[in-house]
Amino acid sequence: MKEEKEFYERLEKKGVSRRDFMKFCGMLTATMGLSSSFIPKVAEVFAAPKQRPPVVWLHFAECTGCSEATLRTMYPWIDELLLGVIDMEYHETIMAASGHQAEDVLHSAVKKYNGKFICVVEGAIATKYNGAYGKIAGRTFLEIAKDVCPKAAAVICMGTCSAFGGIQAAKPNPGGYKGVGDALGIKTLNIPGCPPNPINLVGTIVNYLLLGKLPALDDLGRPLFAYGKSIHDQCPRRAHYENDEFVEEFGSKEAEMGYCLYKVGCKGPDTYNNCPIAKFNDGTSWPIEAGHPCIGCSEPDFWDKMTPFFKESE
Amino acid sequence: MRAVEDAVGVQIPENARIIRNLLHGAQFQHDHIVHFYGLSALDWVDVVNALKADPKRTAALADNVSNDPKGGTAYFREVQQRIKTFVDSGQLGPFANAYWGHPAYSLPPEANLMAAAHYIEALRLQAKAARMHAIFGAKNPHLQTLTVGGVTCVKDLTPDRIAEFLYLWKETQDFVKNVYVPDILAVAPFYKDWGGIGGTTNFLAWGDLPQSAKEPESLFLPRGVIMKRDIKGVRMANPDKVTEHISRSWYKDGKARHPYQGETRPIEGDPKYDTSDKYSWLKAPRYEDQSCEVGPLARMLVAYGYGKKEVVDVINGTLQQLNLPAAVLFSTLGRTAARALETLVIGNAMEPWIMELVGNLKKGDAATCASWSMPKSARGNGLNDVARGSLGHWIEIEDGKIKNYQYVVPSTWNLGPRCKNGKLGPVEESLIGTPVADPKNPLEIIRTVHSFDPCIACAVHVIDPHSNEVYKVKVL
Repeated sequence: MKEEKEFYERLEKKGVSRRDFMKFCGMLTATMGLSSSFIPKVAEVFAAPKQRPPVVWLHFAECTGCSEATLRTMYPWIDELLLGVIDMEYHETIMAASGHQAEDVLHSAVKKYNGKFICVVEGAIATKYNGAYGKIAGRTFLEIAKDVCPKAAAVICMGTCSAFGGIQAAKPNPGGYKGVGDALGIKTLNIPGCPPNPINLVGTIVNYLLLGKLPALDDLGRPLFAYGKSIHDQCPRRAHYENDEFVEEFGSKEAEMGYCLYKVGCKGPDTYNNCPIAKFNDGTSWPIEAGHPCIGCSEPDFWDKMTPFFKESE
Repeated sequence: MRAVEDAVGVQIPENARIIRNLLHGAQFQHDHIVHFYGLSALDWVDVVNALKADPKRTAALADNVSNDPKGGTAYFREVQQRIKTFVDSGQLGPFANAYWGHPAYSLPPEANLMAAAHYIEALRLQAKAARMHAIFGAKNPHLQTLTVGGVTCVKDLTPDRIAEFLYLWKETQDFVKNVYVPDILAVAPFYKDWGGIGGTTNFLAWGDLPQSAKEPESLFLPRGVIMKRDIKGVRMANPDKVTEHISRSWYKDGKARHPYQGETRPIEGDPKYDTSDKYSWLKAPRYEDQSCEVGPLARMLVAYGYGKKEVVDVINGTLQQLNLPAAVLFSTLGRTAARALETLVIGNAMEPWIMELVGNLKKGDAATCASWSMPKSARGNGLNDVARGSLGHWIEIEDGKIKNYQYVVPSTWNLGPRCKNGKLGPVEESLIGTPVADPKNPLEIIRTVHSFDPCIACAVHVIDPHSNEVYKVKVL
C-alpha cells in the first residue's frame, strides 16, 4: 500500500492524474493484446523510473509525419511521454538546440548510452553515389546510420520510409533510397504506416520496458500485436464484401450506405495493420470509416505496388 | 487534387467545399499553435530561468494578460515543480545543450514560467485539435477523405460528428483567444527590437478558403502580391508570372521555366556545396523575376492591403496595444505576430461554415462528391495557401496519365537560393544585418529562420564580418 501511494505521488509530481493514467494503461494493454492482469505491470513501466530509458530519434529522408503522429499520442499524452516516461535525448524537430549544439547532443548521447539507448529512425536512406543525396551536418544519412544504429540496444523503424524505403524508394528512385534494414544489412523492428498509429510505437516501447525484450515479430519485422491480421479480416464493412455490395463511385447511394470499397481500389485484403481496431487520434476514425479506400500505406513498396489507389486490384 | 479538378473541369459540391474549408481551417489552427509553442517558443523563452520565478507573481501576471482558465499560484507552482523534477533528473532530453542563459533572452522569470506552462498546455491541446481532422478526414497527419470531385466522408455528416467537431473547434479557438494571442502580446514588449530585424521586401499569397464556387473573388484569404513593401499597392497575383530558376540549385542546367514546362532533373553524383555556384536542393521560385516571402505575414499584409475588415481590425488593434507603427510588420516579430492573428481570424470564420453545412443538411442536401471523367489530354493548376504559405500544383495529363507534374511549395519560396540574376531568397535576405551576440551560439539567427516555419532541416551559413569565419549552422 505504501509503495502504491508513493508510486502515485511520484506520478503526480510529474503532473499525471491517477485516473488518466489507469485509462491509458488499460488502452495500451488492450492494444498490445495482453490480458487485463497486465494493467498494473504496464503501470509499473511508467512509474517514474530512476533513469528514463534514453531514445535517440534520427531523421533521414522523410516528411516528419511520423514525428507529428507521435506528438498526437494521447495514451500517454505527449508531454507525459517526453517529460516522465522516456528520455528523448535527440530529436531534431522538438529539441531546443540547433546546429553545432544539436550535433553535440547526438554525439554525447550515443557515447554516454552506448549499447543502452533505443534508436528510432524516421525516413529512408540514400545509398546511390555513396549516399550523397542525403546529408546532415556534412555527413551522409548512410554514415550517420552506420555510426549510430549498431550502438543501439534496438533499432525501431518508425514509418514506411525507414522500414521499407517509402515514397523515396518509389520508381525511379534517383537517390537509391532504401529502408534502414536494407541499407545497413541489419535487422530492425518495423512499425510501418504513413504515418503509423503512435499507439503501436508506445506499445512496442512498453513491451520492451515491461518484458525486457522486443515483441514477437512477423517476417517483415513488424510486431504481431499490431500487424498480425489484414485490414480486410478486421473490417467492419466485411459483410458487404461477402454480400457483393460495393461502392462503385464516390458520392453514390452505395457510398452513403457504407458499402465495401474494394471496387474503388481498397487494398485492405493485402494490408496488415490494426487500423480498424486501434483507429487514429484517440479512436476517432480511420480511412475506411471516412469512406476512403485503404491505400496499403504500411506495406513494402506500396507506392509502386498499390497504385493506382482508386482502381480495383487486379 | 485541385490541379486535377481544374484539368478535368469538375465542380465540387457545396458540402465538399465547406468540409475542405473546415479541415483546412482546423489545419491552420493546429499548425500555427504547434509552430509557435512547439517549434519556436523556446527561441524566446528561457525554460531553465522559469525555475527562478515566484509562482504567485506568475499567477498575477497571467491573470493580468490572459483569460486562460488554467492558472493561479498552485497551478504555476505545480508546473514549476514538474520542470524542477525534470531538470533534477539530469536527463534534459529535448532541452539539453540549448541556449539557456543566453544574453538574447529578455523575459523576466515569471513570464518564462507562464510561457513554459503554456508550452506544455499546447502540447496537449494540439493532440485534441488534430481530432478535428480525424472526424471528417480519417486521421491526422495525412488525412484521407479528399478525392477528385469532393470528399469521401459522406457517412460522417451526422449530428454527433458535427457536434464533436464544433466542440473541438471551440476548445481550440478558446486557447487561441485566451492563451496564444495574449502570450504574443505579453512577450512582444520585451522584444520590440525584433520589430526591426528579419524583414523582407516582396510578398505573395495565392489565397485560400473559397466562400463560393467563384475563385479568386470569393477567397476568404485573398490572392495578391505586394512589391517593395507597398501594402497599398497590393494587386491580383497571376500564376502565369511564376518561374523556377535552377542555376544555383543541384539540378542539371537549364533555363528558368514556368511550372507547366518545369523539369526536375537532379545532378547525378555527389552535389558539391559551393556558395559561388550551386548550393541547394531547392529551386529558386520567382514572381515577375522577384523573390517573394510567402506565409502568414504575406497573407495578412495582402488582406490588410485590400482592406479586409477582419484582418485590418486585428492588426490595427494589436499595433495600437503595443504602441508600434505599421513598419514593424516587416520583421521577425511581425511574422510571428501575423501567424497568431491569422489563427484568430480563421478560427473565428469557421463557426459560420459549420452552420452553413448544417443548413444544407437540413434542406436534404448531402452531396459530397461530383462525377467526372478523365479527358484524353488536359492541364490545370491548383493554387492554395497552406499554413506555411503559397502552394501551387501544375499538372499536364496525356492519354489519361500524368505527363508532367510540378509543385512550388512554401518553403521553396522562402528558403530557395539565389536565382540566375543573383537575387537572394527571402530567408537569405532576412538574415542580413542580424545582430549576433555570440557567433558560436547564434540564437538570433535561429529566431528569424524559425519564424518562417521552414519545412526543411536546412543549412544556413553565417559569416562573421569581423573574422570572416564561416559558421555552418544547422537549423532544425
